[in-house]
Amino acid sequence: MKILAVLEQQSGAWRRMSWETLAAAQEMAVAMGAEVEAAVAGWGIANLAAEAATKQASRVWAVEHALLKDYTADGYTAAFEALLGRIQPELTLLPHTYQTRDFAPKLATRFERVLISDAIAARVENGAPVFTRQLFQGKMTAEVRPRGAGPHFASLQAGAWRAEALKPGAARVETFEPPLQASEIRQKPEAPFRESGRVVDLSAASKIVSVGRGIGEKERIGIAEELARALGAELAASRPICDAGWLPMERQVGSSGQTVSPQLYVAVGISGAIQHLVGMKGSKTIVAINKDKDAPIFEAADYGIVGDLFEVVPALVEEIVKSRC
Amino acid sequence: MKILAAIKQVPARDSHLRADATGRWIDESELHFEINEPDAYALEEALQLREKHGGEVVALCAGPARCRQSIREALAKGADRAIHIEEDRVAALDALGVAKLLAAAAKTENPDLILTGLQSDDMGYGQTGVIMAELLGLPHSTIIMSVEAGAGSIRVKRELEEGWFQHIEMPLPAALTIQSGINKLRYATLMGIKKARTKEIKQMAPADLGGLGAAAASIERVETPRKTKRTQIFEGDAKSAAARLVEKLRFEARVL
Repeated sequence: MKILAVLEQQSGAWRRMSWETLAAAQEMAVAMGAEVEAAVAGWGIANLAAEAATKQASRVWAVEHALLKDYTADGYTAAFEALLGRIQPELTLLPHTYQTRDFAPKLATRFERVLISDAIAARVENGAPVFTRQLFQGKMTAEVRPRGAGPHFASLQAGAWRAEALKPGAARVETFEPPLQASEIRQKPEAPFRESGRVVDLSAASKIVSVGRGIGEKERIGIAEELARALGAELAASRPICDAGWLPMERQVGSSGQTVSPQLYVAVGISGAIQHLVGMKGSKTIVAINKDKDAPIFEAADYGIVGDLFEVVPALVEEIVKSRC
Repeated sequence: MKILAAIKQVPARDSHLRADATGRWIDESELHFEINEPDAYALEEALQLREKHGGEVVALCAGPARCRQSIREALAKGADRAIHIEEDRVAALDALGVAKLLAAAAKTENPDLILTGLQSDDMGYGQTGVIMAELLGLPHSTIIMSVEAGAGSIRVKRELEEGWFQHIEMPLPAALTIQSGINKLRYATLMGIKKARTKEIKQMAPADLGGLGAAAASIERVETPRKTKRTQIFEGDAKSAAARLVEKLRFEARVL
């Protein structure tokens, strides 16, 4: 029995989550009595495969083809379909990145299987994996069991497994050239770019007040702004606030915005969807103010106030000012 | 251009959720439902593309009878007609099971473009649009922030992580998953609501669409997340809670 860990690189640089995925594969392999193999796809990636081979695994596959130089959903799906056909893994684990989200559901469908996406934990029961994943933006969790024979597929949430747990070793490197045709790749990707004019570097801020949906309307953002002023903090927001244009996109914290780790992070009216949490959970002290006591943000917070932010925030400003006198 | 917008009905965002008696799904008895937010953006994008290029927007929804309300809302916002795959057990299906129904219904329409939200706020699989594309043999792209339609092809802006983007071109027909915030959502007008009453909603059942297949994955148990972190919660009136928090921030966390 084999577990395949799919590692991700972009322009020759590792995605750090790859190591979490490999660590998860090593851990599950012990419980399932399986062998671990790892694979990385691209063009000119022999050095990356060699680096991965210093970790404990039986084989590391360098999936190489000129048509894999730039990522495309069609190219990666065809390449991994061919690799899976060759090595027949029972379980394939992937990091839950935007790239995985783009091609892994398609890959699983090729095998009449389904990707168990964004798993936060796994256990092995009678030799078979059972995954835990979040529902309702983190308000509930569910245990999900793959049905029928393999291959099974799961993608793993950032930070859910520890890269530090990775066991070193000496794997055999093998090159696999998938039979790709230029004509089967329908997406024509252009070079990645960043929007210009990103002037706010939130990652350097020592204090951040971040505002979410709970603020209700644009005109009320001033309340959070006052708190930021009282604390000497930068003002930031969760995605919906920037989507609505209430604050500029450059102030967004989360998977599609900036990743921050200030001394103090105050989440005002933010429920704490995982897309937000990944951007701020490294903060030293986290304060959450929310009217919903079940909001997932309280799980991430060190201190929380359950209450109406329109009462709590002005009271907080007053207490902060008072504490300085 | 004929555009199919796949929408899902999900519990309203501020719902209080708990497991039902079976422990395998949530108790839906007292919930309100709404259109899944990313799907609302997908529908809006479909309407804007139709306004620019002409054609037709068909809303597609799978779920119980209550979904009619969300379908009416889509029609009131401007969808030309709708297809409702009525099935009570949609929540028990995996992403492949639901996508199979939607793809089979989409096939009867032969659209130039299929749009759906990047993920649902209930299951959060984030896979429906991609699986539909594969089942229908269409090219796709995900987490899309803009769509430019050309003659026989589209150029889209795909969101990558940490503020990066990428343009991708692909031939039509194609399927896209739409990111929230791609456009500004419209409200249904009174006139729209009135008109919606006369618009066609085609009722279909899984039996018309190849039936429900064997599950590739199943939910064994749902529960409220177990607390793993000790969070100090301050309750009571705002003023005393704020005072206690400031004290903790000064003398315990030492960040003030």
